[in-house]
Amino acid sequence: MSTETIPTPRSSYAPPRTRGVNWEKWGWMYMRISGLFLVILIFGHLFVNLVAGDGVRAIDFAFVAGKYSTPFWKVWDFAMLWLALIHGANGMRTLVNDYARKPLLRRVFLVAILVSTILLILLGSLVITTFDPCPAGMAASALPSFCPAP
Amino acid sequence: MPENSAGTLATPPSATPRIKPPRRLAGTVYRGREGMWSWVLHRITGTAIYFFLLVHILDTSLVRLNPGAYNGVIDTYKTPIMGLGELGLVIAIVYHALNGLRIIAIDFFAWGPKRQRALFIGVIVLWVILIAGFAPRQIANIILEATGHPSA
Ligand code: HEM
Repeated sequence: MSTETIPTPRSSYAPPRTRGVNWEKWGWMYMRISGLFLVILIFGHLFVNLVAGDGVRAIDFAFVAGKYSTPFWKVWDFAMLWLALIHGANGMRTLVNDYARKPLLRRVFLVAILVSTILLILLGSLVITTFDPCPAGMAASALPSFCPAP
Repeated sequence: MPENSAGTLATPPSATPRIKPPRRLAGTVYRGREGMWSWVLHRITGTAIYFFLLVHILDTSLVRLNPGAYNGVIDTYKTPIMGLGELGLVIAIVYHALNGLRIIAIDFFAWGPKRQRALFIGVIVLWVILIAGFAPRQIANIILEATGHPSA
């Protein structure tokens, strides 16, 4: 025979978790740590692409190929891609948790954020790592000056 | 509880005293005033930047898939309307970045919450200075592009 236990009045019904990884805390930390790096990465990106030289007028395929002729901007853009997209996606997760009240709707939004983030990170990473500055079949005028004449 | 239960209607409902809400929202760091508005702006700018980033990854991916198409898309980024859009985007990201640093200072340093109002004023001042530096340059580039001035 078991005796019935009656919970102590006014005790908290959900004791604070003490075991397992506290993902929410690390997500919170991630927003702040990635933010610090993003300030440098994004301000540098904006300065080189929109302020220096002719700004937005200078941007075309040859401009990108010139930047990607050394690993420097590849590493820069790679870090920016991962840090910014995960930061933005996690921020949007907060918004969905705040505003999407219906459980199904919330699930749909959260899955959409997750899937789009994974796909775009894969796409962006592939583009940066497999970039070809002198693709075959392009007019020489659209290629950077260092490409061999066809 | 039923609203009009017998015995509670001794006085007509119109005589119920009405308590007005306070005229200004204020009270904590996050309710009313700069604490709340900085958060509202942070949320709006973060969302706007996020949706731009989704598009920006896709358009930049054309450098790998189809360089000619990349040039075509980037040419639309040089039109006056898109040029102003870029200005708006920079305005949003500069605010979000500066206020993000303010949030970090509030969360990690003892002096942060005490100085949050001064930090907010600092964010606004730096924001205005940086945009005052960027806007003329961007507008000059828009005009030079629209008037067919060749880029150097
Ligand atoms: C430039 C450097 C950046 C800094 C310093 C920064 C900083 C922050 C911080 C500290 C938070 C607050 C997180 C919290 O309250 O727990 C945040 C939220 C957010 N950030 Fe950023 N961020 C930056 C760039 C970006 C970028 C590039 C995006 C978009 C891709 C973005 C999108 C968001 C979103 C959507 C939120 C959630 C807003 C909310 O919960 O109200 N941020 N950011």
